[in-house]
Amino acid sequence: MSLSSPASSLAGDALTLAATSTSGGEAVSFWVLGTIAVMGALGTVLLRKAVHSALCLAGTMVILALFYLANGAYFLGIVQIVVYTGAVMMLFLFVLMLVGVSAADSLKETLKGQRWLALGCGLGLGIMLIAGLGQASVSSFTGLAAANAEGNVPALAAQLFTKYVVAFEVVGALLTVAAVGATLLTHRERIEKSKSQREQAEERVKGGTQLPPLPAPGVYARHNAVDRPGLLPDGTPSDLTVSATLLSRGQVREVGPEALHRVAALEQRTADSHGQTEHGRMYGEPHEPDPDPDLDAARERDARKAREEEAPK
Amino acid sequence: MSPVNYVYLAALLFTIGAVGVLVRRNAIVVFMCVELMLNAANLTLVAFSRIHGNLDGQIMAFFVMVVAAAEVVVGLAIIVMVYRSRHSASVDDASLMKL
Repeated sequence: MSLSSPASSLAGDALTLAATSTSGGEAVSFWVLGTIAVMGALGTVLLRKAVHSALCLAGTMVILALFYLANGAYFLGIVQIVVYTGAVMMLFLFVLMLVGVSAADSLKETLKGQRWLALGCGLGLGIMLIAGLGQASVSSFTGLAAANAEGNVPALAAQLFTKYVVAFEVVGALLTVAAVGATLLTHRERIEKSKSQREQAEERVKGGTQLPPLPAPGVYARHNAVDRPGLLPDGTPSDLTVSATLLSRGQVREVGPEALHRVAALEQRTADSHGQTEHGRMYGEPHEPDPDPDLDAARERDARKAREEEAPK
Repeated sequence: MSPVNYVYLAALLFTIGAVGVLVRRNAIVVFMCVELMLNAANLTLVAFSRIHGNLDGQIMAFFVMVVAAAEVVVGLAIIVMVYRSRHSASVDDASLMKL
């Protein structure tokens, strides 16, 4: 409230001092967004893939930013979005990309009963916190109308650069130290000499496992995507042609004879419906049908099952 | 609705975060749960700032954010370093100091 009009300031003060409940719109947004925030938090804890956890947490943080805005903390609401969802969560995602392959949690309990004990502790903590809050009686609240009278940012700045200026400086020093520390921690000094191309070639010949470059992914004249393994002469997909990362994530497409025939049949149907009978001929048949498709299908199923069992660990 | 409801919500989020820290094995997810707890604490600070009508709570929340950012930078660097040396981001695998 501005001081220029005492009457309105008085009325405003009376209004803010007597406030016992917020507006109905805020209550609705609280219940709707609060539910989503709790669901996001639960998703962070319960989802097994770390990327899904990160996305849930980002959603919860955006909702918290909205709550800050609703509570009159306009500066903090924007900072929350910029710093947390913009910088911190993206940093998390970058690290997940670096560490990513084995990012799914294992469900094996290393300590017996630890999970249930942890749940019990959490439940106890929650009950204590909420029961303690229930003991307090807050019938009215002041509101930030007076404190934010000349704007939230100027009011915050006035306090930050006078009353809290020492803490502000210290925090600046902390940020600098953190930046230096992170650089130092992730920096890796090269201890051994880097190998020349000649030495690498000689090593490969000595090893004798894979002399030429690794075969390229894809099936010629059909697909050359990196997630599609090349086929061996007998029609089985070769694991050498796709990246080990894709394999361990289980993101490799199946290119068994069945799958290729399915694609060929689909393309044939498309061509028929377009009236271009030449289409199938242009691409040609994928390869000779396997003499024993059942055996091949079984082998492929086994391989996929093994991959699926291996992936979560 | 009273603004104390925000504090209740923060207590709930803090509890969920604490359970996550205790239950999860992946170091990165544990870190995310710590972030959730810090955010819950920030929500209480902001809500109390409104209830009491002064801005000190908001300034504290601001400092918490800065410290959390610094903590994330150093923590993630440590996780990357541990991953480099042990090829695992699981907190169970970093057990060299166990008896």
